[in-house]
Amino acid sequence: MKISYNRELCQGHNRCYMLAPELFDVDDEGYAVLKVEGEVPAELHDKAQLCVDNCPEYAIELTD
Amino acid sequence: MSDTKAPVEDWATDFDHTHPDYAAGAPAIWDDLRKRCPLAHSERFGGMWVPTRADDIKAIADNDFGNYTSHEVVVNEYANNDEMMPPPIGGAPPITSDPPFHADARRLLLAPFAPKQINKLEPFTRQYCHDLLDVALAKAKDNGGVFDAAIDYAQHIPVRVIAEMLGLPPEDGDRFRTFIHHIIENPIERELEEEETIEYYLDAQIERHRANPKPEGEGDLIDHLLSVEIFGEPLSPEHVRGTVVLLLIAGIDTTWSSIGSSIWHLAQHPADLERFRNEPDVRIFAIEEFLRLYAPVTMARRVAKDHELRGQQLKQGDWMLLPFPAGNRDPEAFEDADQFIIDRQKNRHGAFGLGIHRCLGSNLARMELAVALEVFTERVDDFELLDPATVRFSTGQIRGPRELPLKVHFDA
Ligand code: HEM
Ligand code: SF4
Repeated sequence: MKISYNRELCQGHNRCYMLAPELFDVDDEGYAVLKVEGEVPAELHDKAQLCVDNCPEYAIELTD
Repeated sequence: MSDTKAPVEDWATDFDHTHPDYAAGAPAIWDDLRKRCPLAHSERFGGMWVPTRADDIKAIADNDFGNYTSHEVVVNEYANNDEMMPPPIGGAPPITSDPPFHADARRLLLAPFAPKQINKLEPFTRQYCHDLLDVALAKAKDNGGVFDAAIDYAQHIPVRVIAEMLGLPPEDGDRFRTFIHHIIENPIERELEEEETIEYYLDAQIERHRANPKPEGEGDLIDHLLSVEIFGEPLSPEHVRGTVVLLLIAGIDTTWSSIGSSIWHLAQHPADLERFRNEPDVRIFAIEEFLRLYAPVTMARRVAKDHELRGQQLKQGDWMLLPFPAGNRDPEAFEDADQFIIDRQKNRHGAFGLGIHRCLGSNLARMELAVALEVFTERVDDFELLDPATVRFSTGQIRGPRELPLKVHFDA
């Protein structure tokens, strides 16, 4: 499972950062910063899905 | 006031969010409209459109084609001709600003409202919630267990915190609420005397800040606005004042409403109360579910150019209401949309708006809501509504309980 994040769509709702601080950090202006590159570790798959399902701007995507 | 309003014949063609019937029954009105007329209309306020589907609301908020302007975001009946703050700036940047100015005005405020800054205010907020309950519960003890969670608790929290952030005297809280009442709850009541206006009050406060500059890094938000630059220049006095007006009013009725609605829910759903109180891990989901189902904020736009939407012809200057709370209850976007599901796992709600105007205070509002509910459920052991008929919801664009009498059972 791979995760990607589109900075153009992100409006800084910070839902991802609250749900999965292992996957997302937040910069000084409140925009998300993806912490992992490419493969999501198996133990974080559920959390990655949560980020996708709660981002109001559809800025996060998972691919196989 | 509102009781003189003409009755609404049909919400699909005569919509009026300031009507008392709306305060009582808005969710049922949205559900009905979504099914039979997803873009309702009204001749009131000079002509207004009302979408209720989540996808329409998101598309309008995203405004990819520049069909709408944020120049005015509260529906009113006055002609707007503020020459000091013409489009795309508007009277209260960034909420009244359009691109491209909006992004520059907004960027000035992002850092102080980012999560890590806001978290520093948590201990202060928590202590204040305890202080409020010390007083409220003592009052209830002398009063047969009765106190008002909206008046004695919820309404004070955002006022105290934003006064702290802006560097305004905390004892002026009642005045802030009066200003807000004039601006949001009753924008069409009457013209005000100069000394009654928020502008008059804030000019004196801003002047006080200007005369007492603080060392780098020690200032409050007003000091911040006086020190930052836009396009290489200090902000104009009108910009500073407009933004302070915005920061003062944007967070008060809104957060008050959210805290109040959540307590209203918990008072009626003991199983949810139990889980909120005993399962800290569920709170992160519960907070978002409160925000979704009881979203307090409906915004407005003006149509910027004639265009067609859902088969209707929209004219420049028409009002476009953006009822985010209606979108949050759309069954196309949420499973069991009308149910409160305390650990809802899929929750892309738009309570804080969508797109470029996403609530700047969302991290602050969430922190306040979470802390207010944690402290409340910790301190108030056993409570219920005194009487469902005595709960009063607001009319207008900010929806929440303005009176919420509770009965506390102390000997439990
Ligand atoms: C539960 C509480 C709150 C809710 C539901 C809420 C909701 C909203 C919504 C829906 C918008 C979008 C406006 C639009 O699209 O035109 C917004 C914007 C805004 N909110 Fe909040 N708000 C809350 C609390 C706060 C707080 C505590 C503050 C702090 C001062 C705040 C400051 C702002 C500002 C400055 C904007 C304008 C952002 C922009 O235009 O770029 N809000 N809010
Ligand atoms: S939830 Fe979406 S919009 Fe919000 S910070 Fe994360 S990526 Fe950005």
